[in-house]
Amino acid sequence: MSRRVAITGNEAIAEAMRQINPDVVAAYPITPATEIVQMFANSVSDGKVDTEFVTVESEHSAMSAAIGASAAGARAMTATSSQGLALMWEMLYIAAGLKLPIVAPIVNRALSAPINIHCDHSDTMGARDSGWIQIYSEDAQEAYDNLIQAIRIAEHPDVLLPAMVTMDGFIVSHGMSNAEFLDDDVVRGFIKEYEPKHYLLDVENPITVGALDFSDWYFEHRRQVADAHTRVKDVVLQVAEEFKGISGREYKLFDGYKLDDAEYAIVIVNSAAGTAKTVVDELRAKGLKAGLLKIRLFRPFPQEEIVEALSGKKAIAVLDRADTLSLMGGPLYIDLRAAMYDSPGPRVKMVNYIYGLGGRDINMEQIAGVYNDLVEIVKTGEIKRSVTYLGVRE
Amino acid sequence: MAKPITYYLRTDKMPHIWCEGCGHGIVLSAVLRAVDSLGLDKDDVCVVSGIGCASRAPGYLDFDTLHTTHGRALAFATGIKTMKPNLNVLVLTGDGDLAAIGGNHLIHAARRNINLTTICFNNSIYGMTSGQYSPMTPTGKMATTAPYGHIEEPFDLCELVFSAGASFVARGTCYHANPLSKLIAKAIAVNGFSFVEAISQCPTYYGRRNKMRDALVMLDWQKEHAVTKRAASRLSPEELKDKFIIGELGTRTRPEYTERYESIIKAATKETDDNV
Repeated sequence: MSRRVAITGNEAIAEAMRQINPDVVAAYPITPATEIVQMFANSVSDGKVDTEFVTVESEHSAMSAAIGASAAGARAMTATSSQGLALMWEMLYIAAGLKLPIVAPIVNRALSAPINIHCDHSDTMGARDSGWIQIYSEDAQEAYDNLIQAIRIAEHPDVLLPAMVTMDGFIVSHGMSNAEFLDDDVVRGFIKEYEPKHYLLDVENPITVGALDFSDWYFEHRRQVADAHTRVKDVVLQVAEEFKGISGREYKLFDGYKLDDAEYAIVIVNSAAGTAKTVVDELRAKGLKAGLLKIRLFRPFPQEEIVEALSGKKAIAVLDRADTLSLMGGPLYIDLRAAMYDSPGPRVKMVNYIYGLGGRDINMEQIAGVYNDLVEIVKTGEIKRSVTYLGVRE
Repeated sequence: MAKPITYYLRTDKMPHIWCEGCGHGIVLSAVLRAVDSLGLDKDDVCVVSGIGCASRAPGYLDFDTLHTTHGRALAFATGIKTMKPNLNVLVLTGDGDLAAIGGNHLIHAARRNINLTTICFNNSIYGMTSGQYSPMTPTGKMATTAPYGHIEEPFDLCELVFSAGASFVARGTCYHANPLSKLIAKAIAVNGFSFVEAISQCPTYYGRRNKMRDALVMLDWQKEHAVTKRAASRLSPEELKDKFIIGELGTRTRPEYTERYESIIKAATKETDDNV
């Protein structure tokens, strides 16, 4: 029987990791992700998992150890945040380039400088071109469900790519909410045993991993990484369908909230989507056709489906909890704008709001204000500012 | 004439983050009394730190300070020192910051013998992330990541740093606060890489887990287990087994990095001038 519990995001992830029972976990402590690995370490010392747990001396080493383990055929995991993920940067590309299905929960936290331990999405957004699959989660339940599904997605023979599952630091990682856990045997039956086709130390079939690859073959190998990404979308949907069978919970590439008939839409990821949905309800009660699109799969980017869902809207606001400093807006906005270039019909008016950097709260009034701005833009036909910093002292 | 410690503090940044009984305040005051005893001008001192409990120290100090990333304080400090060789650059760091994630920078700063002074606030644990074992956690001790006792051997940091090439290494404790301050003053005065390991106490995450219920018990432990070099010479190996040695543990004179850098530039420039 599944269990309904009051739980923090970190506890939910640690529980999922216990149930996944990976072969190797290598990690280094960093706020706010420390708890995940700490609780998992307790599962190791209590004999509840069979995992080889490696306490390395930096995040760079944590990802290196996970890569080594995965190349040797292990189901390998790690967890980190912010500077930890930044320090892994070199290794992220290697994990993807070697097509190693490592799965890592990432607790979103701002990047230095200045030093800050609170939530924004600079860390994972900075890793968006690393070749990792990225799945964003609104709350503890989604983080738990996404992590379990990520194992299947990453290890799928058509994919074989590393995957990160993100949730918001402190807001979700340390905030208590309701969640439903699946039974251990249900989870284990769902994720199955990992059976790698090629791995190190297979004496019958020796291989070389990460060899020097100049202008003769490098391009083909990188092209294969892109090719693997083209198959992710279908696998994500297929895994979600199976997951619905064991959990009753439905997952897609993104979540539309009152979106179908909406005229004004907000696009967002992670915890602030919850706040925004409440605003949508309030505005709907007042007769405004507000809607929301919450992206779940951000890498690879499900362009066709998102464009279809957003086509015909009168105006769209993309809310980013990270900046690209390109002066063209946040990472979600830049991708959305590029994606919408292919949308049929007249060009949809789109604006960007960068909010919540370093854990700054975003409240319902501010989000209602965004919808008001959209109404104003449609009324006047004029975009005064395409990128707005929301809730900052100017 | 000694100035009050508050002269060197950003008192508006108080209260500090350290737990009740934490030894880091004692180490920090030893650093400040050392600076004061040398009569250094505030503007001639730059303090650099990494990440962790100890690395919060510069935030409370009224010098030019740089709070950097985990493990990299010495790399940042090397940059400062090469740009401004006349500055007294102090690196305040913890055992996790310095010996684990930053271990590589430590041995290479010592090898270069660059004139930085590094104070390691060694509390044998990762305090800020709630008690994982560090490279300085003694074998057999408990940590959140070692619930049945730690199976690794810690570094002898002074030995490591001296072997790597430092000009000066010393060890002190919070209990021996005045001698610690004098060691730090000596370290700052040295022309070369100088290193002081300050044994500090973390009652919250190390003590409670290891049958030392509060700071007083831990300070007592420091008192009981620290021996001077002279006292150690009179003890048998058996008596020395669970003791550690405090005081100056190594000094040598070696060419200093920024001076060598200057002289090679001079030599190279002269050669060019001659050619012209």
